[in-house]
Amino acid sequence: MSKKSFRQAINEALRQEMRRDPRVILMGEDVAGGRGGTSGVQDAWGGVLGVTKGLLTEFGEERVWDTPISEASYIGAAAGAAATGLRPVAELMFVDFIGSCLDQVLNQAAKFRYMFGGKARTPMVIRAMYGAGFNAAAQHSQSLYPLFTHIPGLKVVIPSSPYEAKGLLIEAIRDDDPVIFLENKVMYDDEEDVPDESYTIPFGEANLTREGEDVTIVAIGRMVGMANEAADRLEKQGITCTVIDPRTTSPFDEDTILECVEETGRLIVVDESSPRCNMACDISALVAERAFGALKAPILRVVPPHTPVPFSTPLEKLYMPSADKIEAAVKTVMKQHAREVA
Amino acid sequence: MQIARETLLQSYRAMRTIRVFEERLHVEFATGEIPGFVHLYCGEEASAVGVCAHLNDNDTIASTHRGHGHCIAKGVDVGGMMAEIYGRQTGVCRGKGGSMHIADLSKGMLGANGIVGGGPPLICGAALSHKVLKDNGVAIAFYGDGASNEGFTLESLNLASVWQLPAVFVVEDNGYGEATGASYACAGTQKDRAAGFGMPYMECDGTDFFAVHETAREAIDHARSGKGPVMLHVHLSRWYGHFEGDSMTYRKAGEVAAEKENRDCLKHFRDRVTSAGLLDASALDDIDSAVNDEIESAVIAAKAAPWPEDAALMADVYVKY
Amino acid sequence: MTQDVIPLTMPKFGLAMTEGKLASWTVQAGQSVKQGDELADIETSKITSGYESPAAGTLRKQVAQAGETLAVGALIGVLADASVSDADIDAFIAKFQSEQTTDETEDTASTRNTEPHQVEAGEYSLNVREVGDGDGTPLLLIHGFGGDISNWMLTQEALASGRRVIAFDLPGHGASSKTVKDGSLAGLASAVNALLDALSISKAHIMGHSLGGGVAITLLKNHADKVASLSLLAPAGFEKAVNMEFITGFTEADRNRAMQQELEKLVHDKGLIGRKMVDSVMRARRLDGARDALRTIAAACFPNGEQGDDLRPVLEAASIPVQLFWGEADEVLPVAGADNVPDSVEKHLFPGVGHLPQMEKASEVNKTTEAFLQKHA
Repeated sequence: MSKKSFRQAINEALRQEMRRDPRVILMGEDVAGGRGGTSGVQDAWGGVLGVTKGLLTEFGEERVWDTPISEASYIGAAAGAAATGLRPVAELMFVDFIGSCLDQVLNQAAKFRYMFGGKARTPMVIRAMYGAGFNAAAQHSQSLYPLFTHIPGLKVVIPSSPYEAKGLLIEAIRDDDPVIFLENKVMYDDEEDVPDESYTIPFGEANLTREGEDVTIVAIGRMVGMANEAADRLEKQGITCTVIDPRTTSPFDEDTILECVEETGRLIVVDESSPRCNMACDISALVAERAFGALKAPILRVVPPHTPVPFSTPLEKLYMPSADKIEAAVKTVMKQHAREVA
Repeated sequence: MQIARETLLQSYRAMRTIRVFEERLHVEFATGEIPGFVHLYCGEEASAVGVCAHLNDNDTIASTHRGHGHCIAKGVDVGGMMAEIYGRQTGVCRGKGGSMHIADLSKGMLGANGIVGGGPPLICGAALSHKVLKDNGVAIAFYGDGASNEGFTLESLNLASVWQLPAVFVVEDNGYGEATGASYACAGTQKDRAAGFGMPYMECDGTDFFAVHETAREAIDHARSGKGPVMLHVHLSRWYGHFEGDSMTYRKAGEVAAEKENRDCLKHFRDRVTSAGLLDASALDDIDSAVNDEIESAVIAAKAAPWPEDAALMADVYVKY
Repeated sequence: MTQDVIPLTMPKFGLAMTEGKLASWTVQAGQSVKQGDELADIETSKITSGYESPAAGTLRKQVAQAGETLAVGALIGVLADASVSDADIDAFIAKFQSEQTTDETEDTASTRNTEPHQVEAGEYSLNVREVGDGDGTPLLLIHGFGGDISNWMLTQEALASGRRVIAFDLPGHGASSKTVKDGSLAGLASAVNALLDALSISKAHIMGHSLGGGVAITLLKNHADKVASLSLLAPAGFEKAVNMEFITGFTEADRNRAMQQELEKLVHDKGLIGRKMVDSVMRARRLDGARDALRTIAAACFPNGEQGDDLRPVLEAASIPVQLFWGEADEVLPVAGADNVPDSVEKHLFPGVGHLPQMEKASEVNKTTEAFLQKHA
């Protein structure tokens, strides 16, 4: 056990799985970097933010494949390789680039098993960065997990901390279905204690990061930290919250959310993705349908507005959910209840 | 190069099976009993069979929406295919794929594909598996002149060259992408496209089994020996519409009839082997008759087969969920 | 006057605890209590436990409110005789609080390292945590099947005045090596022997829980010179029966919900098993090799779904002091096993207690053990 950053946790998960299983290969734009450069430096980047640094050196060119900037070909190649015996981990860099290769995910990898009557396995992982808060603007900041969650055949993982990232990525690599693994780019330097050994965290089981009596907050990815920050502040004001990190949006742990809402009677969903048809909508529908009687106040969604992600710092701040906005939402649902019972 | 008698018999049988299978579908489709879309491969048989003659179950192919021929040539069970096209539980994909998604990974058949250009990127991956796993396999992408204009395909040609993959890109050029002529839709030439990616280019008359067999042998040997990918451009003719029900108003009267008369690969094959004394006409007649029986049985069995059970709706979305 | 006032402070349950949450007060201000009465429920990241009154008196003030999270040592309430004036109570609180803030920095600076660390012991690397020092014979704590050092969170510190107290993770458990070659009691006892050698301990008091009790007795059998005394908590080796449904479920549970159900079998008061405790057990279970290690040990120790070792003869032949604790509501190893323990052993049976007497009856087990260890020092 030692302190590791989100970046190190992911690198360690890849390294340990590549050591364990020779069929695990990496591919992506600049996952090593430097080939064809005039300096002759190998492993020049290790991914655009250094997450895969050092893996080329340890595993060599037959395991770490730099690709041309050509998402359709290599994401499709990952699907084809997965169906024929390898266990590729393809890095899409920014999830926004899915626009260049969506067919390979939507119509190919996600569908093989079902279309082929259960006779295919497609053990591939697509890693990609998501999320705003990096001044990366509209084409490099989206939180597109609802898009993938919508597609049957895909699993979608959004780790909320270094410990979660390592265990969930190892699980993803060992999983026999296509998995979209989304890393919030703002979190790479976050640190916490992470075991040195390999471990797995199962998909479809939500994690309760705290338990309270008044409000249930479901938060996704980086929003989990914000929700806990808000809950810390609220606890000092006498309001206690349960914070649920679903970990995976597909499969999705509905039971834990329903149980917690039954206990608290109030629900806030914090979702960084665009607000139409996002997870906040999905979770709200779930609770409205199956825990309506438990609700003491309307469900509130803390989500960005229906706009592209803006570039300028103050606008981006305005756009993003935050601990302040979560705190305000919790107070709102608490007040609504007080008014009703008064 | 001399082709073994056994190979000739097998190849003839495969081509005849495709022909009868497809013509029977043409008839059956008209009765309204076959659901969905069907795209027929009649007239192009020598391409699939001439290429696949050099492959074994370890080698991988990816096909197109017009995939029945490739499936049969790669050894997928004909009865299972017919049942699949009828949407039955006994289909190779348990009735969940249909005509456009027939696959059998145990035969190295990575699937017909409903997306034009869907195959070439997958084949880069299959070829990568062969390269990394060092199993001496090759991967073949069959795609049409229509798919040759897809960005996916062009990216795949580049990636395969960059990675020096054991892949062959077989352009089955039947002159039409749906209802639009290749002469309109394809700028430049396939040859120049291959050259643009630094890839060897070979071409042949796809209605001549012997030409396809010989050129494909060269292309596949090149790829299998680790020298990188090859483009094989096969010139073909499509005898039916883009899909069944297409009245082909975009083709001039008599065009197809002339193709059938002058460029029938089966007729060409029979003439060639009998005149050269390689096979007896009676051996070929026996095959024709056996194939007719096989397809007849396949249709009867498919029609009698059970529909998938309701539970199949939820099955096999994931390995584990 | 102030000597009659007793500060109630946030207790420390085990190594990881730096703060705790006052879950609820069980006693209201103004109520009088006896020593040992439960005053409040304290929740840590791992366990919820009752806070027992250190003395008789009246709970004069609840300084901390339910739901508050406070550092270990922080004042949560004040106990005093009813005769002490409110002004004196307030003055006491003010003084305590001001002293505590200044103390804090010294405290952390002087604390010696009691962090768990790896010790190479024979073929295993074992995760070891030591506390306490002094001339007393050291005490070694051996946890049970699927447990780890955290099973001693209410035990280790409490017994550490005047002696080293060593807790460790058995092979295949916690943060120790996960590859277990010999999962039998003898194999595990030999690992314990190697650990004592590695720590340069020639003789120790041994406390063992459950399977760890069986390991302790086997250590006595095979390395008698190393064992000064035995304290056994619901030990293996005295009955054929073992709850195999628990053993299998506890080994294989891959969801927190399933694990919670298994952990509840360990205790009589099911409320002791919080979600956080479950999560901490699952974190260990998710490590590669952890389940395989448990399967290996279960196969070696419980062949055919029964306990494979009969340890009564070892105790019958023993000349060292031995004491036994067992919960009468034990759902894992039935308390009937206690009848098979020779009568020369001091037996302490607890009604309404499950398989974890060191947690469910922590203060009694600790008090009895302290006296036992002092008597046989």
